Amino acid sequence: MLAAATSLVLAACAGGGGGGTGGGDVTTVKIGFMGDLTGENSAIVIPPYNGAKMAIDEYNATNPKVKIQLEKYDSQGKPEQATSLIAKAITSDKIVALIGPAFSGESKAIGGTLDESKIPSISPSATNPGLAKNGWKYWHRVVANDDDQGPRVAEFLLTAKAPKKAFVLSDDQEYSVGIAEAVTKTFKDKGVEVETDKFAKDASDYSSTVTKVKSANPDVIFFGGYYAQGGRLLKQLRDNDVKTTFASGDGSLDAQLVTGAGAAAAENAVLACPCNIPSADVTGTLKTFFDNYKKSAGADPAIYSTEGYDAATAYIKAIQAGKTTSEDINNFLSTVNFEGASKPIKFKSNGEPENASIFVYQVKGGVLKLLGPSATAKLEG
Amino acid sequence: MLDDFVNQFLPSTVGGLVIGSIYALIALGYTMVYGVLRLINFAHSEIFMIGTFASLVTLLAIAPTAPFTGFALVGVLLLLMLVSALVSGASAVALEAVAYRPLRKRGATRLAALISAIGASLFLQELFGLVVIEWLIDKPGRNQASAPRFVARDTLFEIGNASVRLDQVIVVVAAILVMVGLDRVVNKTRIGRGIRATAQDPEAAVLMGVSIDNIVRVTFLLGGAMAGVAGSLYIMEIENTGYLIGFVLGIKAFTAAVLGGIGNLRGALMGGIVLGLIENWGAIFLGSEWKDVIAFTVLVVVLMFRPTGILGESLQKARA
Repeated sequence: MLAAATSLVLAACAGGGGGGTGGGDVTTVKIGFMGDLTGENSAIVIPPYNGAKMAIDEYNATNPKVKIQLEKYDSQGKPEQATSLIAKAITSDKIVALIGPAFSGESKAIGGTLDESKIPSISPSATNPGLAKNGWKYWHRVVANDDDQGPRVAEFLLTAKAPKKAFVLSDDQEYSVGIAEAVTKTFKDKGVEVETDKFAKDASDYSSTVTKVKSANPDVIFFGGYYAQGGRLLKQLRDNDVKTTFASGDGSLDAQLVTGAGAAAAENAVLACPCNIPSADVTGTLKTFFDNYKKSAGADPAIYSTEGYDAATAYIKAIQAGKTTSEDINNFLSTVNFEGASKPIKFKSNGEPENASIFVYQVKGGVLKLLGPSATAKLEG
Repeated sequence: MLDDFVNQFLPSTVGGLVIGSIYALIALGYTMVYGVLRLINFAHSEIFMIGTFASLVTLLAIAPTAPFTGFALVGVLLLLMLVSALVSGASAVALEAVAYRPLRKRGATRLAALISAIGASLFLQELFGLVVIEWLIDKPGRNQASAPRFVARDTLFEIGNASVRLDQVIVVVAAILVMVGLDRVVNKTRIGRGIRATAQDPEAAVLMGVSIDNIVRVTFLLGGAMAGVAGSLYIMEIENTGYLIGFVLGIKAFTAAVLGGIGNLRGALMGGIVLGLIENWGAIFLGSEWKDVIAFTVLVVVLMFRPTGILGESLQKARA
């Protein structure tokens, strides 16, 4: 805690100095990025941070009149940490807008504060449907929510596997329960028998869950949760001879799912995501994104890197249009409309994106392979 | 409901015995330190965490490409347990010297030692999360670290509808052997007599020529070594670890120690196994998210009727 506070002070000082040497009529506005940058699920948050940073670096390199300074707020995904960081961001750092928070739990915790303080926010990755129903006027996201994601994954699995019985699991976190319930509902509506179980997110021995799945003998398993728990679960399922198709959502879409479960156990796992992760074989504007991202971040684009880029780009468009106060930026966001790296970006009045595509991936040879949009994708084995 | 119970009872029992054995091994450290010093060593969960990393690093150095069999398997298992026991034991001794001994020498209250224990626990967690793990295995420290497989998941035999795997048998057998060994040391050796004497009456023990400092050191060493063995078995069974891994397991093991009767070695074994079984059995009816609720409800109920735990008898009264 102390270390984090010290580094923020240092960052703020360095930022002040940088703005000063810019001199003349160049001004600087601060935009925050909040999410789990060093915690257990940071692999989901570092890519959107890199995407946002890349967009802002590209913009600053054009020598605009108003430069953007990106401030990091490492909430470690914890609502209580987000609450104290946002107070600091608003009162002492005076950010004009926020990219994030990355997760749904922390978004729920600070959404009210952001709304009262009239600070616009765009989350690249919080997918809990309830977030859009709070009446927050300053809240946005560039990603489809679990109400979109859950049913489409379920429909995809219905087409691909025609299951009679499904088992839906979750690790009992805000995001996880949301998507698990959405999948359960769609399955039940389509006449599929569904059994469910949950486990505590800090548990590491899932023997009772595995026993339940094994005794139910389902045709398909869906897990709502993050890759840290998903990897362990998948490994323990396969170790106990449960060979059923395993599917999960965006929280588990990470290479660490494969390392956590082991390549053999992870093979053929199906993952869905509202995110669009370009791979080396893409063409057109996404190829440019791929190359630039690789150069600036030193890694291939990963989960939510295009969405992080798009969230930052929405703010950049606002600032290019001369909107530098929180209020003006927020008004601008209601009319913003551009072709983002991930998808066309346009917000509904409740902050949700107009375009809500879901993409399906499958683990092949230990690597996540994009199969395509859920409506047209075909499983390979 | 009854159907679920019939189908899941035996597999749940197997799972409960395995995790219960690990609880029991960790519980020994809590119980021994409590028996001798009347101190709840909250940093013990981090000693376990250090044990998992000692085994993980050793295993990564061995870099198995396929699961071992026969003597190679026994050799690797013994090596991992030895390395983890040594590293965890040494860490526990160092912890005692830094976090508890100075307080004890100045006659600080037990409450001060308890706060020191919590501080040491947080310190070790963050130290590993921020620096040590990255330095040890060259990846961001707060991510979970995975271990390669070195024990095959072969089914050894079946009991009803439950299949019992080689790795599960190893966990239970190794845990019981190590605990029997510890029980022997405490009950049959000179140093064990010193431990029991100190637990019974520290002042009289000093008058009889027992060096309290040495006894405390040995107590931490043995308790730490047990947590180290638990760590190596955990790495074999669960195959990944992280800087926060000790937290939940530590609380469960502490619960097991209290359930069995804190200060009592056999109580720790019994408490661990009972806790593991009850959690898994309860999950059959209520769902796995109720495991913790079930465990702590059982603890409260047992303590209402037997405030000193199931076995109740403490270390000092163990027969010579």
